[in-house]
Amino acid sequence: MSLITTLVGTLLFAVLGPVVGCLLAGLDRIVSARMQGRVGPPLLQPYYDVRKLFEKERASVNSAERVYVAAALLFALIAGGVFFSGGNLLLCVFVITLSSLFFIMAAYSTRSPYAEVGAARETLQVMCYEPMVLLMAVAFFQATGSFDVAAVLDMPHPVVCTIGLVFLGVLFILTIKLRKSPFDLALSHHAHQEIVRGVTTEMSGPTLGLVEIMHWCENVLFMGWIAMFFVWGSPLSAIAVVAVVALVYFLEIWIDNNFARVKWQFMFKSAWLVALVAGGVNIALLAFL
Amino acid sequence: MELSLGLLGFLIVFPLVVAAVLLVVRQEAPRRVVVIAAAVVIALASVALVIMNLGASTTLFEFQSEALDFVCTGVSAAIAAVVIGFAVRYKNLWAAVLAAVQIAGTLVLEFVFAHEIEVPYGLYFDSLSLLMTLIIGVVGSGICVYALGYMEDFQAHEPEGAPDRRPLFFALMFAFLSAMYVIVFANNMEWMFTGWEVTTVCSFLLIGYTRTDEAIANAFRQIIMNLAGGLGFLVALYSCAITVGTFSFLDFLVIGANNPALVTLAACALAFAGITKAAQMPFQTWLLGAMVAPTPTSALLHSSTMVKAGVFLLVKLAPIFHVAPAPSVMVMLVGGITFALCSFMAVSQSNAKRVLAYSTIANLGLICACAGVGTPEAVWAASFLILFHAVAKSLLFLCVGTAEHHIGSRDIEDMDLLFDRMPRLARFMMLGIMCMFIAPFGMLMAKWATLVSFVDSGQVALVVILAFGSAATFMFWAKWLGKLAGIAGEPENVEATVKPTEWASLLLMACLLVLGCVFLPVVSAALVEPYIASVYGVPGQDIATDNLWLASICTVVVVLVLFAGVGARQRGRRVDVYLAGVSRDGEARSFQNALSGTAEASARNWYMESIFGEARIAPVGVVFNALIIVAAFAVSFVATPIVF
Repeated sequence: MSLITTLVGTLLFAVLGPVVGCLLAGLDRIVSARMQGRVGPPLLQPYYDVRKLFEKERASVNSAERVYVAAALLFALIAGGVFFSGGNLLLCVFVITLSSLFFIMAAYSTRSPYAEVGAARETLQVMCYEPMVLLMAVAFFQATGSFDVAAVLDMPHPVVCTIGLVFLGVLFILTIKLRKSPFDLALSHHAHQEIVRGVTTEMSGPTLGLVEIMHWCENVLFMGWIAMFFVWGSPLSAIAVVAVVALVYFLEIWIDNNFARVKWQFMFKSAWLVALVAGGVNIALLAFL
Repeated sequence: MELSLGLLGFLIVFPLVVAAVLLVVRQEAPRRVVVIAAAVVIALASVALVIMNLGASTTLFEFQSEALDFVCTGVSAAIAAVVIGFAVRYKNLWAAVLAAVQIAGTLVLEFVFAHEIEVPYGLYFDSLSLLMTLIIGVVGSGICVYALGYMEDFQAHEPEGAPDRRPLFFALMFAFLSAMYVIVFANNMEWMFTGWEVTTVCSFLLIGYTRTDEAIANAFRQIIMNLAGGLGFLVALYSCAITVGTFSFLDFLVIGANNPALVTLAACALAFAGITKAAQMPFQTWLLGAMVAPTPTSALLHSSTMVKAGVFLLVKLAPIFHVAPAPSVMVMLVGGITFALCSFMAVSQSNAKRVLAYSTIANLGLICACAGVGTPEAVWAASFLILFHAVAKSLLFLCVGTAEHHIGSRDIEDMDLLFDRMPRLARFMMLGIMCMFIAPFGMLMAKWATLVSFVDSGQVALVVILAFGSAATFMFWAKWLGKLAGIAGEPENVEATVKPTEWASLLLMACLLVLGCVFLPVVSAALVEPYIASVYGVPGQDIATDNLWLASICTVVVVLVLFAGVGARQRGRRVDVYLAGVSRDGEARSFQNALSGTAEASARNWYMESIFGEARIAPVGVVFNALIIVAAFAVSFVATPIVF
């Protein structure tokens, strides 16, 4: 049963994820522009950009890169499908990590010095956020008694009430996952703080288009993680979710526009410290109280 | 049933006969025939035994023999003689002392305490033994076949006139398999102890194979640590003889689970033996040193034998750990700390074999931690960790050994472009690496179960350790994978000279790995759950079967991407890499430098020495774990009612 649910969920997410993600990216660009005193592009600009990428010539360093990127996109879609069909949170975490790994391998396969720098940094970023993400799943289990995301719908109160510290920790690493400054070491959209382009240096045309779509889907999935903290068995939770997701995304945009990229040492140490304190303390409290 | 007993005896005796034959065969051609034939026979016999007894619960065989007891004592004496002989020759006091203490202890035990105690059911098997049988019989003999081609190359790389010790080498490999079968099938703990000591001395001789100063030094480090572990086993035997009154392993486990106070010391001492054999911190250095040996030795030690004997014993003891706090806390903490710290240290290594060694120690640590937790779910996870680690690690060691002979280095930094230079080998290596650390492959499914079992049993410290250790695991595997994945131009293909026996073993391991991952739910139902059900009365699987099948589907996709998708013919235009507009040769990554000369771009991996360096981390683990072990022994001496 759950196999079929997951497959249907994946198909639905493959359609809806990019649409929502594209709108989110459009909003992101408008809000960023307003913060910088510009008007900004139209809401659908990310869509126009990607459409144009798919019209471009196929030119690449090797044939493998595109295969790896396609695999990364596929697994991002499966991760979204697992999550939004109410499936196992740990499985979702593992599959999205697999997706990141394929993205990293795509960059390494090009043997471009710039892409290799980006890939190495991306690997480091995964190491930075992974403990907090795993602890999030564990805390979720402690709060609901199940690893299935659907369990939140039976809760009398949102899980954030019991795992608030974990929520703060996830907020911290969310900046890394969304590739926002100051933690956009592997791949930055701020031209002034980028070597060349990091991970995607050698990706162009349709391949780059796939990468963009993957990022949209990832962003939707991560916002889903945030929303998960505020859902409980009441229709009211829909309002709470919209409000919180909007607020969190706005916060991320604000951080992105106000902080300069940090060194990897700071990112690594702070991310692990936050995971240890926020995750460790919250889990210990739930286990022993 | 007679057939099973026959097969069981055959698996113990036949490798010994083969070993004796190989000792006298000095030519390459007949040795090849003997090794391949013996490996096939052992593998088939193992598979036959497993298939005949799928899902069987514990089966005991009425089998005892005074003569065998004396043979075991004789073997122990011979082992001590070998060790003392080497210790005198190379002037190593500690090895001689430990060996002397051990043989004295064994003789006193046999003739003073034990001659009254009889074990009517000397042999047994259950599903866990059968799982080990598969690993020893198929993976172990696969490694023996691989060694044929490897040792031929190895001998060719040796200086002119170097002595050819290959007969001894192959004899030891097969003797090792026999000793492993003794460990997993013997219900009589004295026989098990003999097998235990045979593996110790075999690996001593294999590590010292080249007789260089470094090899001798590392071999002695190994023998000293493992003899100390053997003394732990001996203490457990004394404790059994005096307080429990039986040498039947299964009876011991049942008595222990019902009356933990009685066996606390014995369990602690056995756990200590398991910890040394599984190279847990503070004993990790012997396994790191073992890599001076030829690669098939490392593969054998790391995957199907030696260290697996250690964790096998610990997993068997899990029901006792479940109820006895002192040994349980010791095994859990030692394993958990070892897992995290060795994963950290692996990040700082560039030598491929050393990375593999640290990863082995780390994963064994995780298995120990599972055994220490001792719940059915944890044992389920531990069983799968043992299985997938054995297959994936042997695949990786064999790949690294072959790569070393063809690119002349075992440094990961020299594996640039391996995907082009040795396309098939690189893919096997990538498959092995991915299986070690990433979903949907078996190791990660087992880690998933591990995490769930830790959460279920409220082990907060272990959960946190697992989260951070896994993150470091991602780092060191992913950067190695990245090195392998690079593709540029058409460098010379150097894999044409890889020996057919090597390809055969590599292919065997890769197939086992993929089949194991895809059919994980079936393996669980046929081999793992029966054992757990027979011990605990519950199946122990904690991940929904649907999710396991979902992982199987993902596995198929990843394997297809790796072996069919990547490397397909390119559609579209091929361009050179971006070198800031000053490139001279895209494939070589050379560009025009500031003096109008030609410079080549090169990239090295990230080692984070300042954070994860060995010098920083190793002492922490050694001190912590040593303290934990001492404390656990102190508590168990107090807790056990009658000691001596």
